[in-house]
Amino acid sequence: MNAASVAEAVAREGYGRLLAFLLARGTPLAEAEDALAEAFAAALAHWPARGVPEKPEAWLLTAARRKLADGHRRRATAGAAAPELRRRAALAGSAEEEEAIPDHRLALLLACAAPEVEPAARAPLMLQCVLGLDAARIASAFLVAPAAMSQRLVRAKRRIAEDGARFGLPGRDALATRLAPVLEAIYAAYTAGGNDAADGSALAAEAAWLARLCAALAPEEAEAAGLAALLLHLEARRPAARDAEGRYVPLSAHDTARWNLPMQAEAERLLRQASALGRHGRYQWEAAVQSVHAARRVTGRTDWPAIRLLYDALLVATGSPVVAVNRAVAVAETEGAAAGLAALRAAGADARLAEYQPYWAAVAALAARAGEAAVAEAARQRAAGLATDPAIRAFLLRTEAPPA
Amino acid sequence: MQAMLLIYSDPDGMKTVSEADLATMWQAYGAYTEALKAAGAFLAGAPLEAAATAHTVRLAAGAPQVLDGPYAETREQLGGYYLIEVEDMASALRWAARCPGAAHGIVEVRGVRRGPGD
Repeated sequence: MNAASVAEAVAREGYGRLLAFLLARGTPLAEAEDALAEAFAAALAHWPARGVPEKPEAWLLTAARRKLADGHRRRATAGAAAPELRRRAALAGSAEEEEAIPDHRLALLLACAAPEVEPAARAPLMLQCVLGLDAARIASAFLVAPAAMSQRLVRAKRRIAEDGARFGLPGRDALATRLAPVLEAIYAAYTAGGNDAADGSALAAEAAWLARLCAALAPEEAEAAGLAALLLHLEARRPAARDAEGRYVPLSAHDTARWNLPMQAEAERLLRQASALGRHGRYQWEAAVQSVHAARRVTGRTDWPAIRLLYDALLVATGSPVVAVNRAVAVAETEGAAAGLAALRAAGADARLAEYQPYWAAVAALAARAGEAAVAEAARQRAAGLATDPAIRAFLLRTEAPPA
Repeated sequence: MQAMLLIYSDPDGMKTVSEADLATMWQAYGAYTEALKAAGAFLAGAPLEAAATAHTVRLAAGAPQVLDGPYAETREQLGGYYLIEVEDMASALRWAARCPGAAHGIVEVRGVRRGPGD
């Protein structure tokens, strides 16, 4: 690996860890961010020529602390204190290098999804503070104007700064409650841009990484492991969702040999870990659905009655129109296309589905199987018109298109 | 609010597109227009003749001056437009991302300014 890719890898693992560490030591968020940005820039400037240091994170922390000390020195009215501050910062840095930097990222995740932070800013804030992603990239993934996203982030950070005392871990009892909006935000990042969860988004890999981190940091929380299992299952199948020519392949037609086996194994491990904790929840049920799909690789068939039962439970628990669409597809597989289409039409009464592309794709598929050709054709057009992904659009235009 | 989606693409790039892909593209635009109509968002929209066929008109010293060719000689040329009625800019950006023009070119999104009488 060259210095730039090492720096990138360190940034992914280290950025949030370093930021959380500085915040835990009382550094204000804006100052910590600036210092880290300069430290990473310095790393990119120095490492290619001088080689990557043995402990890159410790190097970055020392560099960031030097920047912070410089900042304090510039602000200090008594210039005489500067050398002393500088010496102390350097000393603290070298002492730190002796041991691993403590991981305060769970507190950072909780701060990003605190009640003071508006819900739409939570996922962007996590992506920026924990993964160090820039506002422009986050904005694009969420289909928001970059300037508007920057403002949203600035507002949210001000909220965190005003309530800096909250930075810390709640007791065990409160953790599940505080963690729920964190998981929700990670799931939102996975489906950013209005994508169907199964198709992933521009941030799918980042969201899966966050979910995995969250499960590792809160090993006693069943739903954190459930969400990680869910997203890893979805990610594991993504390579099979395109053929060699880049064309879209629906789940039912996947070449299961192209599924990512180690990732599926990790998802299964997480799901078992979650079940062992004995507290059920929506992410575990959704992960269980994906686990049933994954079993097709071994059994060669899909256990639709099991999926149907899981979606029944999910619909009761969430009332989500997206769940209702997925459940209707399972109804079609267990009771026939007409029953599935009826369930889908009932779900379609929810206005939130009017622009939900997978809903129209499901109507097109089930209506075609139920012999309602005109309905199928209109829905197919609508689904194609609502698609953002050109591969999915082309797939919908290709299916059942009249012969040329 | 009303928003204008201005579709820019490279006319030279379009020349290399196969007949089959071109047919798919027209189907995609047809589906997109239908989806806009079904959502009650469609106000107007059409593809434009090639930029090379454009004329520009202006008054030079009070007299009309007509020139052949487009106003700006850039690689990406205006190739079509949609005028849509949406809730807010976020919704306009969502529709722009769905526009087939976002895949083969660039979609510029501009809010329509309201007149003083509105």
